[in-house]
Amino acid sequence: MVLLAVSFICFLIFRFTGDPVLMLAGKYATQQEREQVRVAYGLDRPFYVQYANFLGNALKGNFGKSYISQVDALDTILERFPATFELALTAIFISLAAGVLLGVVVSIKPNGIVSRIIMAGSLGGISIPTFLMGILWVMLFAVYLEWLPPFGRGETVQIGPWRTGFLTFDGLAHIIMPALTLSGYQLAVILRLTRAGMREVLSEEYIKTAWSKGLSPFTVIVKHALRNVLIPVVTIAGLSFGELIAFSIVTESIFQWPGMGNLLLVSIFETDHPVIVTYIMMAACIILFINIMVDLLYAWLNPKIQYN
Amino acid sequence: MINAIRNSNLVYSFVRDISAMAGALLLVIFIFCALFAPVLAPMDPYDLMTVELSNSLMAPAWMDTGSISFPLGTDDQGRGILSTILFGLRTSLMVGFSVVVISSILGIVFGMIGGYYGGILDAFIMRTADTVFAFSTTLLAILLLGIFQSRNIWTVVFAICIAGWVKYARTIRGSVLEVKENAYVTAAKASGAKDFRILFKHVLPNALPPIFVLMAVDLAVVIMLEATLSFLGVGVPITEPSLGMMIAIGKNYIYAGMWWMVLFPGMTLILLVVAINLFSDWLRDEMNPRLALRS
Repeated sequence: MVLLAVSFICFLIFRFTGDPVLMLAGKYATQQEREQVRVAYGLDRPFYVQYANFLGNALKGNFGKSYISQVDALDTILERFPATFELALTAIFISLAAGVLLGVVVSIKPNGIVSRIIMAGSLGGISIPTFLMGILWVMLFAVYLEWLPPFGRGETVQIGPWRTGFLTFDGLAHIIMPALTLSGYQLAVILRLTRAGMREVLSEEYIKTAWSKGLSPFTVIVKHALRNVLIPVVTIAGLSFGELIAFSIVTESIFQWPGMGNLLLVSIFETDHPVIVTYIMMAACIILFINIMVDLLYAWLNPKIQYN
Repeated sequence: MINAIRNSNLVYSFVRDISAMAGALLLVIFIFCALFAPVLAPMDPYDLMTVELSNSLMAPAWMDTGSISFPLGTDDQGRGILSTILFGLRTSLMVGFSVVVISSILGIVFGMIGGYYGGILDAFIMRTADTVFAFSTTLLAILLLGIFQSRNIWTVVFAICIAGWVKYARTIRGSVLEVKENAYVTAAKASGAKDFRILFKHVLPNALPPIFVLMAVDLAVVIMLEATLSFLGVGVPITEPSLGMMIAIGKNYIYAGMWWMVLFPGMTLILLVVAINLFSDWLRDEMNPRLALRS
């Protein structure tokens, strides 16, 4: 249902912003050449026929050819998918692991000097936009310290259809800064959520009971308290997946990462509609899938909730 | 009377909270700078008569190659960094305030209609909201602006509003559902008040406090988003000053050691956002009774 709506909107946008014929044939084409292009791309048929065609093709995985490179739009995007996926995966891992860990540390000793430093840092994480953070990392680690490579994906290894950067040192060195940049905002959000949740849970009766039973701090904090805190944290992290995709566009643009986001920006500047539409449809599918997964995960983590 | 006491409480806690005061003061200074940019700035960076290419890429005044007429150096077109920052602040704040006002009004209207009338209308509005929310404001704004052929400040405002009304609608809908059940609303209905009157006179005032908090938080988010969009090249056009675009231009020169083109606009942006966040943190604590009870 949602996908249908998105596809319809995509199609409307695709059809009514600017004249694709002008784009395809070039400004200096004659009237006759323009007509040829119009017929060749099926742009002369009535509106609903075009939409039906578009939908039918989309279901078959055919989103048309890129206006610029004349290559299948879906293939162009899928080819870039591994790069974006690896970047996003690393970023999620960093933000979940570090965010929860730091959040727990802060909630145990809320007034300690370490906690204060971490909280100040998290305020920074929320107040510094991702793109600026990325540039600051580049200035520090690539320009002044010259420790890490400033852009690109480095050496990659091709395994079947998948091109991975995880298997070479060069590839790993290249992913550090982009992943840190991309994880920054979510890390701060997860840290704050964990802290807020822990503060609430730690004052509950059952935690007091656990302490008074003489359980070790590790058991009380990790087994009894953290478990209950993680449910909303995981939910929010999953639901903000759209944000992650958005910031992957920004990150990829800073680091010239050869992923889908970079492709989207290039396509926007070249008004390459098939690629833009394919990207939107794909983003919609991914977001929808993640949302459903989060719902299921939520029910699984919290047996009190049941879906009928 | 009750209102007066409430207000004085607000003022009291505000004066006692140093970080809120500092944030508000900083914000006032930024607004002042933005309003009087034409007077304060040493030059008009978008007046082609005063911009000279021969002044391009100059270092800040205190460095060897700097000049006193460009206190913070110049960019690749010979525009003074300080002047461009002042004019860029105008864009940031103008987009920020317009978006917050417009999207909160949109959200209030849709949220109230949905919450008050319920039914299919409510379901439709909320499903739309869910979809927009799942896409996230940032992604939707990038995609919308990527599709628009002509861009100016107002298309940016428009795109962010389309993506941003959802949080307001959800918040207000929640409050309306709660308030709607109160006896005074039933009384108003029974006395024959029109829906319009009930909504604006009885329901809205009681649903507003969380909206104010949201607006304050959102202002910082929108200003960052505008900078991000301009950085990506889908925001305000190159003929308009913008902090995000300054940073995008400066990014090309960091390998040449010309840090001032990134660092000064970047610091301005961070300070502006921190100022707003400090203020909104205080506002949130103040208007959230659940938190106030605990501390």
